[in-house]
Amino acid sequence: MSDARANILSRLRSHAVTNVPEPDLPVRRFDWDQQQRLDRFTQMLEAVRGEVHRVGSDWPATLAGLLRAKGAGNLRYGPDGPLAAELLAGWPPDGPALIADDRPIEDCRDDLFGATAAGLTSCRAGIAETGSLVLWPTPAEPRLLSLVPPIHCVLLDAKHIVSTLHELMAAEVWSQAMPTNALLISGPSKSADIEQTLAYGVHGPAELIVLVR
Amino acid sequence: MGSEFRVRAERALGRERARVNIRRAMDGLIAKRRAAFPDDEELARLRDQGQAIRDHALANLPDLLVQLEQRCTANGIQVHWAEDAAQANAVILDILRRHGARALIKGKSMVSEEIGLNAYLSAHCIEPIETDLGELIIQLAGEHPSHIVAPAVHKDRIEIAELFRAHFPNEPYSEDIERLTALARRIMRERFRGTRAGLSGVNFAVAETGTLCLVENEGNGRMSTTAPDVHIAVTGIEKVVARLEHLAPLLTLLTRSATGQPVTTYVNMISGPRRPDERDGPREVHLVLLDNGRSRIHADPELRQTLRCIRCGACMNHCPVYTRIGGHGYGTVYPGPIGAILEPQLQGLARQGELAQASTLCGACGEVCPVRIPIPQLLNRLRHEHAEGSSVPGSGKAGPERAVWAIWAMLHASPARYRWMTVAATRLRWLLRPALALGLSGWTRSRTPPRIANRSLHELARREGFCDE
Repeated sequence: MSDARANILSRLRSHAVTNVPEPDLPVRRFDWDQQQRLDRFTQMLEAVRGEVHRVGSDWPATLAGLLRAKGAGNLRYGPDGPLAAELLAGWPPDGPALIADDRPIEDCRDDLFGATAAGLTSCRAGIAETGSLVLWPTPAEPRLLSLVPPIHCVLLDAKHIVSTLHELMAAEVWSQAMPTNALLISGPSKSADIEQTLAYGVHGPAELIVLVR
Repeated sequence: MGSEFRVRAERALGRERARVNIRRAMDGLIAKRRAAFPDDEELARLRDQGQAIRDHALANLPDLLVQLEQRCTANGIQVHWAEDAAQANAVILDILRRHGARALIKGKSMVSEEIGLNAYLSAHCIEPIETDLGELIIQLAGEHPSHIVAPAVHKDRIEIAELFRAHFPNEPYSEDIERLTALARRIMRERFRGTRAGLSGVNFAVAETGTLCLVENEGNGRMSTTAPDVHIAVTGIEKVVARLEHLAPLLTLLTRSATGQPVTTYVNMISGPRRPDERDGPREVHLVLLDNGRSRIHADPELRQTLRCIRCGACMNHCPVYTRIGGHGYGTVYPGPIGAILEPQLQGLARQGELAQASTLCGACGEVCPVRIPIPQLLNRLRHEHAEGSSVPGSGKAGPERAVWAIWAMLHASPARYRWMTVAATRLRWLLRPALALGLSGWTRSRTPPRIANRSLHELARREGFCDE
């Protein structure tokens, strides 16, 4: 299709276009302190039916209790991920079964789709303005771990909540090194395609549990 | 008067149930958008930014496309160019055949509608599976989307329940929205697990990083782009933006304008296929860049503004014509005001020029457009060109219409003639009435004929003592 490429580009270049300067975008941010950012984050996420819980260092026990109350039989986690050590150390013996997600998707597709109740991931940051979680899935915590299980659990450090996406992109200079998949998650999966009425848990998780530490 | 569009619009006006459904949905979307932009100044600032970003991208389109291609290629994304629908379909079929795919799970993509991908794949024995709930509904119904954001907006839950019963007779019947949604989830899960190829549209393609940005609420977009072995993204060439940070204002303009959401549930930024150390994600990512008439639109500085569009659908939500006839009344892939300016340009005035008439020129579309496309102005331009062009022999309509406007212009060009006309029209109104009823029969068939007052406004004002000098 190299002809198509040449033809399209030559058509686009066949006419002169008045120069338009690159827009100068001031970074959009809000002057909120950490508590205000957390409050806004919580308010926005709860408005779209996300669950937000303040937790301490015993977060694994808190999570086990929440999952047990929901009748979730197991929790899938990344054994090489940043949360694994704490999770295993703090998991109560009578908590839901822990499943290590350590194989390529080709080897665990049926397990993931058929037998997993909940998935646990870390996250890179929170965005207060929109109540969003920022995930860069990694080899240790792959993409489908936050998508396929009916319940997605996330541990977020309160100090990692920024005011806006723009602020985060600029501060971390995302433009220099984007991961294969960067993701904002703002609540459980939903649809309003039938009569503009919200229904939750369409194709992604029906529940989103955010533990803020 | 019996043109294709008019026939279709009239038929659409007769579908009471769809009209009620569309009206209700549009009222809801208008209210949500209004609530999402409480601060007029902020909205104005965001619209300035949105327009500036899109104009900058369009002014540098060929260079940005080349940069996008370079970055994507460096990231491991395979880039394909397609001049028209036939080439785009062929590229996609070729990829699917190389992977031995027998089905394709699809996230929502209007460009795939534009190229008629579903029909093409079906004809080549590959099953297209729409996974967005709204798209699934209309695929089951054998219809086309009636709205670019909410494709099944014309149907109510009773119709959808009956549709599901007809297609999934073994599932329990329900008219409950949560249950209908849960049924769609159950059915689609199997397809997500078992299908090896996925397709999606693109909301914004970032040249600087080679990133494809995709917004959605259901998770089907993530499923279609991460669960299969191969992900094919299709987009019009105009969707490129220069910088990653340009996404920040564009995303907030898009989601707030479309559905009043501060952000969609998922914002995907895809910059490459699975790396060797990763355990999931597609092994191949393909990007198909479609022209299909866009480079022609790009050549005209005024019409180029059409290409700013970020497909939020706000113009149709606020359009009095769209709200009455719905997307199916237009008979095109892109309906509403944006469709009324885009389709005549994509398909030519000869085929779709009449769509430029599908407007009252009330200006609502231009007022809500997040990137300030002057839609009413472009409608006028296309109307003008259509009228000029259709004065060729055989079109039959422009002749009388031109004569009427010539007389109108003559009467309004001189104060004396204008005065003479108002006096004549008011005094001889009993003579004019039957003539008007006849001359406007198309208009008066479903509307009350206009009544001419017995004195003109000038005369009435003068009689009340207003000085009109």
